[in-house]
Amino acid sequence: MKFVDEYRDRATVETLTTAIRSAVSRPWTIMEICGGQTHAIVKHGIDRLLPEEITLVHGPGCPVCVTSVELIDRAVAIAARKGVIFTSFGDMLRVPGSSRDLLGVKATGGDVRIVYSPLDAVALAAKNPDRSVVFFAVGFETTAPANAMAAVQARKLGLTNFFLLTAHVLVPPAIAAILGSPSNRVQAFLAAGHVCTVMGYEEYLPLAERFRTPIVVTGFEPVDILHGILLAVRQLEEGRADVENQYARVVRREGNAGARAVIAQVFEPSDRTWRGIGTIPMSGYRLRPAFASMDAEQHFDVGHLEARESPLCIAGSVLQGIRKPHECPAFGRECTPERPLGAPMVSSEGACAAYYRYGALNHGR
Amino acid sequence: MCLAVPGKVLSINRATEPIMGTVSFAGVQKEICLEWVPEVQVGNYVLVHVGFALNTIDDQEAEETLRLLREMGEFDDEVR
Repeated sequence: MKFVDEYRDRATVETLTTAIRSAVSRPWTIMEICGGQTHAIVKHGIDRLLPEEITLVHGPGCPVCVTSVELIDRAVAIAARKGVIFTSFGDMLRVPGSSRDLLGVKATGGDVRIVYSPLDAVALAAKNPDRSVVFFAVGFETTAPANAMAAVQARKLGLTNFFLLTAHVLVPPAIAAILGSPSNRVQAFLAAGHVCTVMGYEEYLPLAERFRTPIVVTGFEPVDILHGILLAVRQLEEGRADVENQYARVVRREGNAGARAVIAQVFEPSDRTWRGIGTIPMSGYRLRPAFASMDAEQHFDVGHLEARESPLCIAGSVLQGIRKPHECPAFGRECTPERPLGAPMVSSEGACAAYYRYGALNHGR
Repeated sequence: MCLAVPGKVLSINRATEPIMGTVSFAGVQKEICLEWVPEVQVGNYVLVHVGFALNTIDDQEAEETLRLLREMGEFDDEVR
């Protein structure tokens, strides 16, 4: 497949691992911010190709994992309502709430449907005027324009039965929170290639400068990730702290103008609670007042929800790269993809699911 | 959630709002919104996420990077 196979080429991978080996002179800790990168690393065994000196730490870049329990409980409460068609991307359905997940609601008669695109949810609302269609708008900046476009389209079609339950999160504030934490050990970042495809990478320049930390915008295939690591290691060894764009075939400095415009039209930055981490200021999006009539949180009063999480789950420290999934006592025992205690074991981008699925990992590292 | 896949643009319908088109992913064809890549032409590749093209893929940039990496490899072989 074009633009995939070339980036899984064995000779190029060997060239890059050789270059990394000769570039590195001492230990370095690098965080890949995106869950998609985490999965590619564990799936292709990239971390086992690296010299001992390099430690890869997995970041909180898995939107499913960081969606707060309160919001999952709110989604469950709304989805259980009569007359509601609750739509979502597939991997949100099995994320554990305080008492049950969205699949559990579906099993007891709730109308919960998986959609490929937010526009599918808008089409459902147009076809079912007597029902309330709610779309679970979860994701990083990558997904925000698509969800914003759904709101714009629904308005154009004059729909009053279409709602968004918004749970958007942003990468730059998360990087600042990680680097600002006293227990931080991350020395360089691989930034999320698809987030930067939309937003560009200018907003990372002040972060690299303020925290004196190299940030390399990186893709998702083995060659991309190894190339990103090589660029980061070279910067670290030379004492530089710049923003570099490894994923140049797709990412432009200013991102995508059209996508950014529709985000700005529909959403505004807001504080956001990240599951396992807590509230990070201005680290999410909410609907602007002009779209308040589509806000499912306001439209459906589900009262106060008491959120409870499994005390066994260490998702918070996994998401902050402080501990690795296999260091969790419940990993693979009480907590499995079939009976997940926390979201990182559910999501296709969660670090725990990656370690569980590609279990041949050498846990010694 | 941030998974995005490269696909080849087979047709473009600029009359619809938003602009839509057919994109092929190694043979699997889907209707994709091309609103944010107005400059795209049939035969170009785009990066697609949840039904939307986020950007065109720059063929020359891709080729340039891969050429540099191949050269790095040839240099290694000579040195070894």
